[in-house]
Amino acid sequence: MVQTVVNPKQIIAARVAKEMRDGDVVNLGIGLPTMVPNYLPDNVNVILQSENGYVGLGPLDGDIDPDLVNAGGQPSGILPGGAFFDSVFSFELIRGGHVDVTVLGGLEADTKGNLANWMVPGKMVPGMGGAMDLVTGAKKVIVAMEHTAKNGSSKILDECRLPLTGKGVVDLIVTELAVFRVTEEGLVLEELQEGVNLETVKEKTEAPFKISPTLLFD
Amino acid sequence: MNKIISLDEAASFFKDGMSIMAGGFMGVGTPEDLVSALLEANVKDITLIANDTAFIGSGVGPLIVNHRVKKVIASHIGTNPETGRQMIAGEMEVELVPQGTLAERVRAGGAGLGGILTPTGVGTVVEEGKEKLTVDGREYLLEKPLRAEVALLKAYKADKSGNLVYHRSARNFNPFMALAADQVIVQVEKLVEVGEIDPDEVMTPGILVDKIYVQRRQ
Repeated sequence: MVQTVVNPKQIIAARVAKEMRDGDVVNLGIGLPTMVPNYLPDNVNVILQSENGYVGLGPLDGDIDPDLVNAGGQPSGILPGGAFFDSVFSFELIRGGHVDVTVLGGLEADTKGNLANWMVPGKMVPGMGGAMDLVTGAKKVIVAMEHTAKNGSSKILDECRLPLTGKGVVDLIVTELAVFRVTEEGLVLEELQEGVNLETVKEKTEAPFKISPTLLFD
Repeated sequence: MNKIISLDEAASFFKDGMSIMAGGFMGVGTPEDLVSALLEANVKDITLIANDTAFIGSGVGPLIVNHRVKKVIASHIGTNPETGRQMIAGEMEVELVPQGTLAERVRAGGAGLGGILTPTGVGTVVEEGKEKLTVDGREYLLEKPLRAEVALLKAYKADKSGNLVYHRSARNFNPFMALAADQVIVQVEKLVEVGEIDPDEVMTPGILVDKIYVQRRQ
């Protein structure tokens, strides 16, 4: 059942869900991206890949199995038809272009399709985990993040300032305000989220962007 | 040849300054009893190769907390705050490697390869100090093989010749680490007679396994 949308993260997850096609193999990053399946319509079934070694990731079903966790280390389930494999194979799937879509959170994204989401020098250095492989290998890379940082500054920049996760890898940026496509000529504003006007997006976006001729808004 | 050993016998393999790789993803698929034996052996200055440094109290985490590690090579350290603290304080060296690259480097180490070429990390800090090669117009980083003196693995089941079967997502780095160390010691939950595992179901052939420790707890 499709969940109702009330807060920014839910707005983002619901919009990302519209990018999924029936049968897509999808890898979801930790946090916000894991909310996306809650918004998939009944006729769209995706196969979730978990970087720690399986396809068919599903919700926890019954008792916790300590040997079955998702990429965030949380107890999980595996759906009928799923399959386990080792980490070499898991990243062959990821790097080799066998994952259709990956959805990741972001600290910064920019006009050239660069993404920074793995470290803040001197503050937070958790490591890149599988993120660098995912952005390099997945056929479509969607950044799902809130439009601005906690201090109100734009997370969509002319050029990322933090160390990159990937260079020129992002296809689509989805925030609670807007949807941007990354093109050879820079960012194109494709959509405004419901109730958001263009002025707000211009004001809250540091990066320059073009406006799609097909822009859908009231 | 008898491969079955006690924890005390396992401990006799550990030496100061040794390189050790351990299977596991956030502790799932890590041989906790062998890690405990390593702790009790009181060796220091270990070079540890593992996907992540798990948690303060589980997986390989306690090795970090108890200052047994001189250098760690991992893809993610964020779930064990002690790793980051020791890194920033200069008490321990940390080499962060993208997860897919780490897996392939270990695979290369066990496969007799001089390294692997990966597009992951191109245009990021990961490329610093590495040879870059262009193949058919695409840039790749030369990532060198990784081996260790001892591999500590976890499997669900072994027969007495060391044929292994893994369970659920606890497989992760274990199968290919079995090829990349001089001594391969595996902790199993269940030991069966030779012939009781169908050869079609063997995930790691026993020729790669030197020693088997059968865990007591269930």
